Amino acid sequence: MLQITGLTTRYGSISALRSASLEVRSGEVVGLIGPNGAGKTTLLGSIAGLLSPAEGTVSFEGTDITGAAPEKLLRAGIALVPEHRRIFVDLTCEENLKIGGITVSKSERAVLLEEMADTFPVLRDKWTTPAGFLSGGEAQQLAIARALMSKPRLLMMDEPSLGLAPVLVDVVFDLIATLKEQGRTLLVVEQNATRMLEVSDRAYVLRSGEVAAEGTGAELLERSDLFDTFVGG
Amino acid sequence: MLSLLQNLIDGLGRGSIYALLALGVAVIFGVMHLLNFAHGELITVSGYVAFWALGAGWSWWVMVPLIIVTSVATSLVIERVAFSRVRGASDFTLLLTSFGVHFVVSAIFLLYVSASVKNFSRPGWVADTFSIGSLNVEIFDMVVIVVTIVTLIGTTLLLQRTMFGLALRAAAADFDTARLMGVKSDSVIRGAFALSGFLAGIAAIFWLMRAGSVQPSAGIDPMLKGVLAALIGGLASLRGAVLGGFALGLAEVFLRSWLPDSIASLTEGVVFVLIALLFIFRPQGLIATATAERV
Repeated sequence: MLQITGLTTRYGSISALRSASLEVRSGEVVGLIGPNGAGKTTLLGSIAGLLSPAEGTVSFEGTDITGAAPEKLLRAGIALVPEHRRIFVDLTCEENLKIGGITVSKSERAVLLEEMADTFPVLRDKWTTPAGFLSGGEAQQLAIARALMSKPRLLMMDEPSLGLAPVLVDVVFDLIATLKEQGRTLLVVEQNATRMLEVSDRAYVLRSGEVAAEGTGAELLERSDLFDTFVGG
Repeated sequence: MLSLLQNLIDGLGRGSIYALLALGVAVIFGVMHLLNFAHGELITVSGYVAFWALGAGWSWWVMVPLIIVTSVATSLVIERVAFSRVRGASDFTLLLTSFGVHFVVSAIFLLYVSASVKNFSRPGWVADTFSIGSLNVEIFDMVVIVVTIVTLIGTTLLLQRTMFGLALRAAAADFDTARLMGVKSDSVIRGAFALSGFLAGIAAIFWLMRAGSVQPSAGIDPMLKGVLAALIGGLASLRGAVLGGFALGLAEVFLRSWLPDSIASLTEGVVFVLIALLFIFRPQGLIATATAERV
Protein backbone atom coordinates (compact mmCIF):
# COMPACT_ATOMS: atom_id res chain seq x y z
CA MET A 1 0.00 0.00 0.00
CA LEU A 2 2.73 2.42 1.07
CA GLN A 3 6.18 1.88 -0.36
CA ILE A 4 9.11 4.03 0.71
CA THR A 5 12.38 3.62 -1.13
CA GLY A 6 15.71 5.24 -0.27
CA LEU A 7 14.15 8.27 1.38
CA THR A 8 16.58 10.99 2.50
CA THR A 9 15.44 14.22 4.13
CA ARG A 10 17.77 17.02 5.15
CA TYR A 11 17.55 20.03 7.38
CA GLY A 12 20.17 22.24 5.82
CA SER A 13 23.26 20.06 5.63
CA ILE A 14 22.10 17.59 8.26
CA SER A 15 20.43 14.43 7.05
CA ALA A 16 17.72 13.59 9.56
CA LEU A 17 16.71 10.62 7.46
CA ARG A 18 19.20 8.58 5.42
CA SER A 19 18.06 6.36 2.61
CA ALA A 20 15.23 4.80 4.58
CA SER A 21 13.14 2.11 2.93
CA LEU A 22 10.01 0.60 4.36
CA GLU A 23 6.65 -0.74 3.44
CA VAL A 24 3.14 -0.80 4.88
CA ARG A 25 0.67 -3.38 3.53
CA SER A 26 -3.06 -2.96 3.53
CA GLY A 27 -4.65 -3.86 6.88
CA GLU A 28 -1.35 -3.88 8.77
CA VAL A 29 -0.38 -2.07 11.93
CA VAL A 30 3.23 -1.03 11.47
CA GLY A 31 5.27 0.38 14.35
CA LEU A 32 8.13 2.79 13.94
CA ILE A 33 10.35 2.91 17.00
CA GLY A 34 13.72 4.28 17.99
CA PRO A 35 15.34 6.88 20.23
CA ASN A 36 14.79 10.62 20.11
CA GLY A 37 16.36 12.15 17.05
CA ALA A 38 16.27 8.88 15.12
CA GLY A 39 14.26 10.51 12.35
CA LYS A 40 10.83 9.05 13.12
CA THR A 41 8.94 12.34 12.98
CA THR A 42 10.98 13.40 9.96
CA LEU A 43 9.90 10.21 8.20
CA LEU A 44 6.20 10.80 8.86
CA GLY A 45 6.56 14.48 7.93
CA SER A 46 8.20 13.47 4.66
CA ILE A 47 5.38 11.06 3.84
CA ALA A 48 2.65 13.55 4.78
CA GLY A 49 4.10 16.38 2.71
CA LEU A 50 5.21 18.63 5.56
CA LEU A 51 8.86 18.10 4.58
CA SER A 52 10.35 17.68 1.12
CA PRO A 53 12.60 14.67 0.79
CA ALA A 54 15.92 15.28 -0.97
CA GLU A 55 16.14 11.78 -2.44
CA GLY A 56 14.05 8.67 -2.73
CA THR A 57 10.43 7.97 -3.49
CA VAL A 58 7.18 7.52 -1.64
CA SER A 59 4.46 5.64 -3.45
CA PHE A 60 0.93 5.03 -2.24
CA GLU A 61 -1.34 2.46 -3.87
CA GLY A 62 0.99 2.42 -6.86
CA THR A 63 1.07 6.19 -7.36
CA ASP A 64 4.20 8.24 -6.82
CA ILE A 65 3.37 10.84 -4.18
CA THR A 66 6.90 12.02 -3.33
CA GLY A 67 6.89 15.64 -2.21
CA ALA A 68 3.17 16.22 -2.81
CA ALA A 69 1.39 18.89 -0.73
CA PRO A 70 -0.29 17.78 2.51
CA GLU A 71 -3.78 18.66 1.26
CA LYS A 72 -3.22 16.48 -1.82
CA LEU A 73 -2.00 13.54 0.25
CA LEU A 74 -5.03 13.74 2.49
CA ARG A 75 -7.23 13.50 -0.58
CA ALA A 76 -5.17 10.54 -1.76
CA GLY A 77 -6.15 8.77 1.48
CA ILE A 78 -3.33 9.42 3.97
CA ALA A 79 -4.04 11.16 7.27
CA LEU A 80 -1.55 12.11 9.97
CA VAL A 81 -2.18 12.64 13.66
CA PRO A 82 0.70 15.04 14.21
CA GLU A 83 3.18 15.09 17.06
CA HIS A 84 1.84 17.03 20.07
CA ARG A 85 -1.67 16.52 18.62
CA ARG A 86 -1.92 20.09 17.34
CA ILE A 87 -5.64 20.37 17.80
CA PHE A 88 -7.17 23.80 17.14
CA VAL A 89 -7.52 25.10 20.68
CA ASP A 90 -9.86 28.00 19.89
CA LEU A 91 -12.23 25.80 17.91
CA THR A 92 -14.78 23.56 19.62
CA CYS A 93 -14.50 19.78 19.49
CA GLU A 94 -17.23 19.70 16.87
CA GLU A 95 -15.44 22.32 14.76
CA ASN A 96 -12.15 20.42 15.03
CA LEU A 97 -13.88 17.31 13.75
CA LYS A 98 -15.62 19.21 10.96
CA ILE A 99 -12.24 20.50 9.75
CA GLY A 100 -11.02 16.90 9.78
CA GLY A 101 -13.92 16.07 7.48
CA ILE A 102 -13.54 19.03 5.14
CA THR A 103 -12.93 16.74 2.18
CA VAL A 104 -16.08 14.61 2.57
CA SER A 105 -19.60 15.63 1.58
CA LYS A 106 -21.86 17.43 4.03
CA SER A 107 -24.17 14.45 4.56
CA GLU A 108 -21.25 12.09 5.01
CA ARG A 109 -19.67 14.53 7.45
CA ALA A 110 -22.82 14.47 9.58
CA VAL A 111 -22.75 10.66 9.70
CA LEU A 112 -19.05 10.63 10.61
CA LEU A 113 -19.57 13.22 13.36
CA GLU A 114 -22.19 10.95 14.93
CA GLU A 115 -19.84 7.98 14.56
CA MET A 116 -16.99 9.84 16.31
CA ALA A 117 -19.28 10.93 19.15
CA ASP A 118 -20.19 7.25 19.65
CA THR A 119 -16.61 5.99 19.43
CA PHE A 120 -15.25 8.74 21.68
CA PRO A 121 -17.91 9.43 24.33
CA VAL A 122 -15.63 11.92 26.14
CA LEU A 123 -15.84 14.15 23.09
CA ARG A 124 -19.63 14.11 23.05
CA ASP A 125 -19.57 15.58 26.57
CA LYS A 126 -17.25 18.38 25.43
CA TRP A 127 -18.85 18.82 22.01
CA THR A 128 -19.20 22.62 22.10
CA THR A 129 -16.24 23.29 24.40
CA PRO A 130 -13.19 25.02 22.90
CA ALA A 131 -10.65 22.23 22.47
CA GLY A 132 -8.07 24.16 24.51
CA PHE A 133 -10.00 23.18 27.62
CA LEU A 134 -9.61 19.43 26.99
CA SER A 135 -7.26 17.33 29.09
CA GLY A 136 -4.27 15.71 27.40
CA GLY A 137 -6.05 12.39 27.00
CA GLU A 138 -9.19 13.97 25.61
CA ALA A 139 -7.14 16.09 23.24
CA GLN A 140 -5.35 13.00 21.93
CA GLN A 141 -8.67 11.29 21.28
CA LEU A 142 -9.88 14.40 19.50
CA ALA A 143 -6.75 14.46 17.36
CA ILE A 144 -7.26 10.83 16.34
CA ALA A 145 -10.99 11.32 15.74
CA ARG A 146 -10.25 14.41 13.67
CA ALA A 147 -7.90 12.41 11.46
CA LEU A 148 -10.48 9.63 11.07
CA MET A 149 -13.05 12.15 9.78
CA SER A 150 -11.38 12.12 6.37
CA LYS A 151 -11.93 8.33 6.10
CA PRO A 152 -8.22 7.71 5.48
CA ARG A 153 -7.06 4.39 4.04
CA LEU A 154 -3.75 4.89 5.82
CA LEU A 155 -3.66 6.51 9.25
CA MET A 156 -0.30 7.69 10.56
CA MET A 157 0.18 8.68 14.20
CA ASP A 158 3.16 10.50 15.65
CA GLU A 159 3.81 9.65 19.31
CA PRO A 160 0.15 9.27 20.33
CA SER A 161 1.04 8.35 23.94
CA LEU A 162 3.53 11.17 24.46
CA GLY A 163 2.99 13.15 27.64
CA LEU A 164 -0.02 11.15 28.78
CA ALA A 165 -0.63 9.69 32.23
CA PRO A 166 -0.21 5.86 32.36
CA VAL A 167 -3.97 5.29 32.47
CA LEU A 168 -4.40 7.35 29.31
CA VAL A 169 -1.51 5.55 27.62
CA ASP A 170 -3.65 2.41 28.08
CA VAL A 171 -6.56 4.22 26.44
CA VAL A 172 -4.41 5.10 23.43
CA PHE A 173 -3.11 1.54 22.98
CA ASP A 174 -6.61 0.12 23.41
CA LEU A 175 -7.69 2.50 20.70
CA ILE A 176 -4.90 1.34 18.40
CA ALA A 177 -6.03 -2.24 19.04
CA THR A 178 -9.63 -1.28 18.24
CA LEU A 179 -8.61 0.44 15.01
CA LYS A 180 -6.62 -2.67 14.10
CA GLU A 181 -9.69 -4.86 14.67
CA GLN A 182 -11.65 -2.57 12.37
CA GLY A 183 -9.13 -3.53 9.69
CA ARG A 184 -7.57 -0.09 9.36
CA THR A 185 -4.02 0.37 8.14
CA LEU A 186 -1.82 2.16 10.65
CA LEU A 187 1.72 3.47 10.71
CA VAL A 188 2.53 4.53 14.26
CA VAL A 189 5.61 6.26 15.63
CA GLU A 190 6.02 5.45 19.31
CA GLN A 191 8.56 6.00 22.04
CA ASN A 192 6.82 3.36 24.14
CA ALA A 193 8.55 0.55 22.21
CA THR A 194 7.40 -2.51 24.12
CA ARG A 195 3.75 -1.55 24.11
CA MET A 196 3.95 -0.63 20.44
CA LEU A 197 5.60 -3.90 19.42
CA GLU A 198 2.86 -5.81 21.24
CA VAL A 199 0.17 -4.33 18.98
CA SER A 200 2.24 -4.19 15.79
CA ASP A 201 2.04 -6.70 12.96
CA ARG A 202 5.44 -5.51 11.87
CA ALA A 203 7.82 -2.82 13.01
CA TYR A 204 10.89 -0.89 11.98
CA VAL A 205 13.62 0.33 14.31
CA LEU A 206 15.08 3.65 13.30
CA ARG A 207 18.48 4.77 14.57
CA SER A 208 20.40 7.90 13.47
CA GLY A 209 18.13 8.34 10.49
CA GLU A 210 18.57 4.79 9.20
CA VAL A 211 16.45 1.67 9.40
CA ALA A 212 18.46 -0.43 11.89
CA ALA A 213 16.14 -3.43 12.12
CA GLU A 214 12.80 -4.71 10.94
CA GLY A 215 10.60 -7.67 11.68
CA THR A 216 7.31 -8.73 13.19
CA GLY A 217 6.39 -7.23 16.55
CA ALA A 218 7.07 -10.57 18.24
CA GLU A 219 10.49 -10.97 16.59
CA LEU A 220 11.67 -7.54 17.60
CA LEU A 221 10.48 -8.01 21.18
CA GLU A 222 12.86 -11.00 21.40
CA ARG A 223 15.87 -9.01 20.34
CA SER A 224 17.41 -7.83 23.57
CA ASP A 225 20.29 -6.24 21.64
CA LEU A 226 17.86 -3.64 20.35
CA PHE A 227 16.59 -2.61 23.71
CA ASP A 228 19.47 -0.20 24.24
CA THR A 229 18.01 1.61 21.28
CA PHE A 230 14.54 1.56 22.77
CA VAL A 231 15.60 2.73 26.18
CA GLY A 232 17.33 5.63 24.49
CA GLY A 233 13.89 6.89 23.56
CA MET B 1 -23.43 65.44 28.10
CA LEU B 2 -24.61 66.63 24.74
CA SER B 3 -21.12 66.99 23.36
CA LEU B 4 -20.27 63.60 24.82
CA LEU B 5 -23.08 61.96 22.83
CA GLN B 6 -22.16 63.95 19.76
CA ASN B 7 -18.55 62.83 20.00
CA LEU B 8 -19.58 59.26 20.67
CA ILE B 9 -21.60 59.05 17.45
CA ASP B 10 -18.88 60.84 15.54
CA GLY B 11 -16.20 58.52 16.94
CA LEU B 12 -18.20 55.37 16.27
CA GLY B 13 -18.77 56.50 12.69
CA ARG B 14 -15.07 57.06 12.17
CA GLY B 15 -14.19 53.93 14.12
CA SER B 16 -16.52 51.80 11.97
CA ILE B 17 -14.46 52.50 8.87
CA TYR B 18 -11.24 51.81 10.77
CA ALA B 19 -12.73 48.58 12.12
CA LEU B 20 -13.54 47.33 8.61
CA LEU B 21 -10.02 48.15 7.44
CA ALA B 22 -8.41 46.60 10.52
CA LEU B 23 -10.46 43.43 10.17
CA GLY B 24 -9.17 43.05 6.62
CA VAL B 25 -5.59 43.48 7.83
CA ALA B 26 -6.12 40.95 10.65
CA VAL B 27 -7.71 38.33 8.35
CA ILE B 28 -4.64 38.40 6.09
CA PHE B 29 -2.23 38.44 9.01
CA GLY B 30 -4.03 35.44 10.46
CA VAL B 31 -3.57 33.15 7.48
CA MET B 32 -0.16 34.21 6.22
CA HIS B 33 1.53 36.34 8.87
CA LEU B 34 1.64 39.23 6.47
CA LEU B 35 1.25 42.71 7.93
CA ASN B 36 -0.23 44.24 4.81
CA PHE B 37 1.09 47.74 4.28
CA ALA B 38 -0.53 47.64 0.85
CA HIS B 39 -4.04 47.40 2.29
CA GLY B 40 -4.72 51.08 1.62
CA GLU B 41 -4.07 50.59 -2.09
CA LEU B 42 -7.47 48.93 -2.33
CA ILE B 43 -8.90 52.38 -1.53
CA THR B 44 -6.55 54.12 -3.98
CA VAL B 45 -7.57 51.85 -6.86
CA SER B 46 -11.25 52.06 -5.88
CA GLY B 47 -10.91 55.85 -5.73
CA TYR B 48 -9.63 56.12 -9.29
CA VAL B 49 -12.31 53.77 -10.58
CA ALA B 50 -14.92 55.91 -8.79
CA PHE B 51 -13.36 59.08 -10.21
CA TRP B 52 -13.60 57.74 -13.78
CA ALA B 53 -17.06 56.21 -13.37
CA LEU B 54 -18.53 59.31 -11.72
CA GLY B 55 -16.86 61.44 -14.39
CA ALA B 56 -18.62 59.32 -17.01
CA GLY B 57 -21.89 60.30 -15.39
CA TRP B 58 -22.63 57.16 -13.35
CA SER B 59 -24.48 57.59 -10.08
CA TRP B 60 -23.24 56.82 -6.59
CA TRP B 61 -25.68 53.89 -6.42
CA VAL B 62 -23.66 52.20 -9.14
CA MET B 63 -20.47 53.06 -7.25
CA VAL B 64 -21.44 50.83 -4.34
CA PRO B 65 -21.20 47.48 -6.19
CA LEU B 66 -18.49 48.83 -8.50
CA ILE B 67 -16.19 49.79 -5.63
CA ILE B 68 -16.74 46.48 -3.84
CA VAL B 69 -15.99 44.49 -6.99
CA THR B 70 -12.92 46.66 -7.69
CA SER B 71 -11.59 46.22 -4.18
CA VAL B 72 -12.07 42.45 -4.15
CA ALA B 73 -10.54 42.08 -7.61
CA THR B 74 -7.56 44.30 -6.71
CA SER B 75 -6.97 42.34 -3.53
CA LEU B 76 -6.96 39.06 -5.50
CA VAL B 77 -4.69 40.43 -8.23
CA ILE B 78 -2.20 41.73 -5.65
CA GLU B 79 -2.20 38.32 -3.98
CA ARG B 80 -1.62 36.58 -7.30
CA VAL B 81 1.04 38.92 -8.63
CA ALA B 82 2.98 39.62 -5.44
CA PHE B 83 2.11 37.76 -2.26
CA SER B 84 1.63 34.27 -3.72
CA ARG B 85 5.31 34.37 -4.71
CA VAL B 86 6.55 34.96 -1.18
CA ARG B 87 4.21 32.58 0.62
CA GLY B 88 6.01 30.92 3.50
CA ALA B 89 8.89 33.40 3.38
CA SER B 90 10.05 35.17 6.54
CA ASP B 91 7.79 37.79 8.09
CA PHE B 92 10.32 40.44 7.13
CA THR B 93 10.24 39.46 3.45
CA LEU B 94 6.45 39.61 3.50
CA LEU B 95 6.55 43.03 5.14
CA LEU B 96 8.96 44.38 2.52
CA THR B 97 6.84 42.90 -0.26
CA SER B 98 3.77 44.71 1.03
CA PHE B 99 5.73 47.99 1.13
CA GLY B 100 6.81 47.28 -2.43
CA VAL B 101 3.22 46.75 -3.56
CA HIS B 102 2.22 50.01 -1.89
CA PHE B 103 4.95 51.97 -3.73
CA VAL B 104 4.33 50.26 -7.07
CA VAL B 105 0.59 50.96 -7.03
CA SER B 106 0.99 54.62 -6.14
CA ALA B 107 3.79 54.96 -8.71
CA ILE B 108 1.52 53.55 -11.42
CA PHE B 109 -1.08 56.24 -10.77
CA LEU B 110 1.61 58.89 -10.44
CA LEU B 111 3.18 57.97 -13.79
CA TYR B 112 0.20 57.06 -15.89
CA VAL B 113 -2.55 59.28 -14.45
CA SER B 114 -1.33 62.36 -12.65
CA ALA B 115 0.24 63.54 -9.44
CA SER B 116 -2.59 65.98 -8.88
CA VAL B 117 -5.63 65.46 -6.69
CA LYS B 118 -8.66 64.26 -8.65
CA ASN B 119 -11.94 65.52 -7.25
CA PHE B 120 -15.32 63.92 -7.76
CA SER B 121 -18.80 64.79 -6.59
CA ARG B 122 -19.93 63.44 -3.23
CA PRO B 123 -23.46 62.18 -2.73
CA GLY B 124 -25.73 65.04 -1.62
CA TRP B 125 -26.72 63.53 1.71
CA VAL B 126 -23.20 63.11 3.07
CA ALA B 127 -23.22 66.50 4.78
CA ASP B 128 -26.89 66.33 5.86
CA THR B 129 -27.74 66.22 9.52
CA PHE B 130 -30.87 65.59 11.50
CA SER B 131 -31.69 66.80 14.99
CA ILE B 132 -32.79 64.91 18.03
CA GLY B 133 -33.56 67.68 20.50
CA SER B 134 -30.49 69.84 20.37
CA LEU B 135 -28.30 66.95 19.20
CA ASN B 136 -27.14 67.23 15.59
CA VAL B 137 -26.48 63.84 14.06
CA GLU B 138 -24.86 63.35 10.68
CA ILE B 139 -26.89 60.97 8.55
CA PHE B 140 -23.56 59.75 7.17
CA ASP B 141 -22.35 58.58 10.58
CA MET B 142 -25.56 56.66 11.20
CA VAL B 143 -25.39 54.97 7.78
CA VAL B 144 -21.74 54.02 8.34
CA ILE B 145 -22.45 52.59 11.78
CA VAL B 146 -25.48 50.58 10.63
CA VAL B 147 -23.78 49.22 7.49
CA THR B 148 -20.69 48.31 9.52
CA ILE B 149 -22.73 46.45 12.12
CA VAL B 150 -24.54 44.50 9.39
CA THR B 151 -21.21 43.73 7.68
CA LEU B 152 -19.65 42.57 10.95
CA ILE B 153 -22.61 40.32 11.70
CA GLY B 154 -22.40 38.88 8.20
CA THR B 155 -18.66 38.30 8.57
CA THR B 156 -19.17 36.63 11.94
CA LEU B 157 -21.76 34.28 10.44
CA LEU B 158 -19.41 33.51 7.55
CA LEU B 159 -16.59 32.67 9.95
CA GLN B 160 -18.72 30.70 12.42
CA ARG B 161 -21.20 28.87 10.23
CA THR B 162 -19.53 27.99 6.95
CA MET B 163 -16.84 25.46 6.13
CA PHE B 164 -14.85 28.28 4.51
CA GLY B 165 -14.98 30.25 7.75
CA LEU B 166 -13.96 27.20 9.72
CA ALA B 167 -11.07 26.52 7.36
CA LEU B 168 -9.96 30.15 7.64
CA ARG B 169 -9.97 30.02 11.43
CA ALA B 170 -8.14 26.69 11.47
CA ALA B 171 -5.55 27.95 9.00
CA ALA B 172 -5.04 31.11 11.07
CA ALA B 173 -4.48 29.02 14.19
CA ASP B 174 -2.10 26.48 12.64
CA PHE B 175 -1.57 26.58 8.90
CA ASP B 176 0.39 23.32 8.52
CA THR B 177 -2.05 21.30 10.57
CA ALA B 178 -4.98 22.75 8.65
CA ARG B 179 -3.32 21.55 5.44
CA LEU B 180 -2.81 18.11 6.99
CA MET B 181 -6.59 18.05 7.48
CA GLY B 182 -7.09 18.79 3.80
CA VAL B 183 -7.60 22.56 3.91
CA LYS B 184 -6.31 23.81 0.54
CA SER B 185 -3.76 26.55 1.14
CA ASP B 186 -4.59 28.26 -2.17
CA SER B 187 -8.30 28.45 -1.51
CA VAL B 188 -8.01 29.62 2.04
CA ILE B 189 -5.45 32.33 1.24
CA ARG B 190 -7.37 33.58 -1.80
CA GLY B 191 -10.55 33.47 0.24
CA ALA B 192 -8.87 35.56 2.92
CA PHE B 193 -7.77 38.13 0.34
CA ALA B 194 -11.28 38.23 -1.14
CA LEU B 195 -12.82 38.76 2.30
CA SER B 196 -10.23 41.38 3.15
CA GLY B 197 -10.94 43.10 -0.18
CA PHE B 198 -14.68 43.00 0.42
CA LEU B 199 -14.33 44.60 3.85
CA ALA B 200 -11.96 47.23 2.44
CA GLY B 201 -14.49 47.83 -0.34
CA ILE B 202 -17.23 48.70 2.13
CA ALA B 203 -14.76 50.96 3.95
CA ALA B 204 -13.66 52.48 0.62
CA ILE B 205 -17.22 53.49 -0.26
CA PHE B 206 -17.52 55.56 2.90
CA TRP B 207 -13.94 56.79 2.85
CA LEU B 208 -14.33 58.08 -0.72
CA MET B 209 -17.80 59.52 -0.09
CA ARG B 210 -16.34 61.62 2.69
CA ALA B 211 -13.08 62.50 0.93
CA GLY B 212 -14.56 63.33 -2.46
CA SER B 213 -11.12 63.02 -4.00
CA VAL B 214 -8.31 60.62 -4.82
CA GLN B 215 -4.57 60.95 -5.46
CA PRO B 216 -1.68 58.49 -5.87
CA SER B 217 -0.86 58.56 -2.15
CA ALA B 218 -4.52 58.23 -1.07
CA GLY B 219 -3.88 54.78 0.36
CA ILE B 220 -1.45 55.81 3.07
CA ASP B 221 -3.91 57.27 5.53
CA PRO B 222 -6.44 54.39 5.45
CA MET B 223 -3.56 51.87 5.51
CA LEU B 224 -2.10 53.49 8.64
CA LYS B 225 -5.50 53.52 10.33
CA GLY B 226 -6.20 49.90 9.45
CA VAL B 227 -2.76 48.59 10.42
CA LEU B 228 -2.68 50.62 13.64
CA ALA B 229 -6.16 49.56 14.67
CA ALA B 230 -5.25 45.92 13.98
CA LEU B 231 -2.06 46.32 16.04
CA ILE B 232 -4.00 47.93 18.88
CA GLY B 233 -6.37 44.98 18.82
CA GLY B 234 -3.59 42.41 18.98
CA LEU B 235 -3.14 41.67 15.24
CA ALA B 236 -4.03 38.00 15.33
CA SER B 237 -7.42 38.55 16.92
CA LEU B 238 -10.30 39.47 14.60
CA ARG B 239 -12.42 40.66 17.50
CA GLY B 240 -9.44 42.71 18.67
CA ALA B 241 -9.10 44.34 15.25
CA VAL B 242 -12.72 45.51 15.31
CA LEU B 243 -12.30 46.75 18.86
CA GLY B 244 -9.05 48.48 17.90
CA GLY B 245 -10.82 50.25 15.02
CA PHE B 246 -13.53 51.63 17.25
CA ALA B 247 -10.99 52.56 19.94
CA LEU B 248 -8.90 54.47 17.41
CA GLY B 249 -11.91 56.34 15.99
CA LEU B 250 -13.20 57.29 19.43
CA ALA B 251 -9.74 58.34 20.62
CA GLU B 252 -9.30 60.65 17.64
CA VAL B 253 -12.67 62.35 18.04
CA PHE B 254 -12.56 62.73 21.80
CA LEU B 255 -8.98 64.03 21.80
CA ARG B 256 -9.80 66.57 19.12
CA SER B 257 -12.65 67.95 21.22
CA TRP B 258 -10.88 67.78 24.58
CA LEU B 259 -7.46 69.09 23.64
CA PRO B 260 -7.01 72.86 23.95
CA ASP B 261 -7.49 74.66 20.63
CA SER B 262 -3.81 75.52 20.36
CA ILE B 263 -2.75 71.86 20.10
CA ALA B 264 -5.93 70.33 18.64
CA SER B 265 -4.15 70.14 15.30
CA LEU B 266 -1.71 67.73 16.92
CA THR B 267 -4.44 65.19 17.64
CA GLU B 268 -2.83 62.58 15.38
CA GLY B 269 0.47 62.97 17.20
CA VAL B 270 -1.20 62.56 20.58
CA VAL B 271 -2.97 59.44 19.31
CA PHE B 272 0.39 57.98 18.28
CA VAL B 273 1.81 58.72 21.73
CA LEU B 274 -1.14 56.90 23.30
CA ILE B 275 -0.60 53.93 20.99
CA ALA B 276 3.10 53.89 21.93
CA LEU B 277 2.13 53.87 25.60
CA LEU B 278 -0.31 51.02 24.99
CA PHE B 279 2.45 48.91 23.45
CA ILE B 280 4.82 49.67 26.31
CA PHE B 281 2.34 48.44 28.89
CA ARG B 282 0.51 45.86 26.81
CA PRO B 283 2.69 44.75 23.90
CA GLN B 284 0.28 41.97 22.96
CA GLY B 285 -2.46 44.50 22.16
CA LEU B 286 -5.95 44.69 23.63
CA ILE B 287 -6.81 41.06 22.96
CA ALA B 288 -4.04 38.52 23.17
CA THR B 289 -4.64 35.24 21.38
CA ALA B 290 -3.75 32.00 23.07
CA THR B 291 -1.18 30.04 21.14
CA ALA B 292 -0.21 27.43 23.68
CA GLU B 293 -2.11 24.21 23.90
CA ARG B 294 -2.98 22.99 27.36
CA VAL B 295 -1.49 19.60 28.11
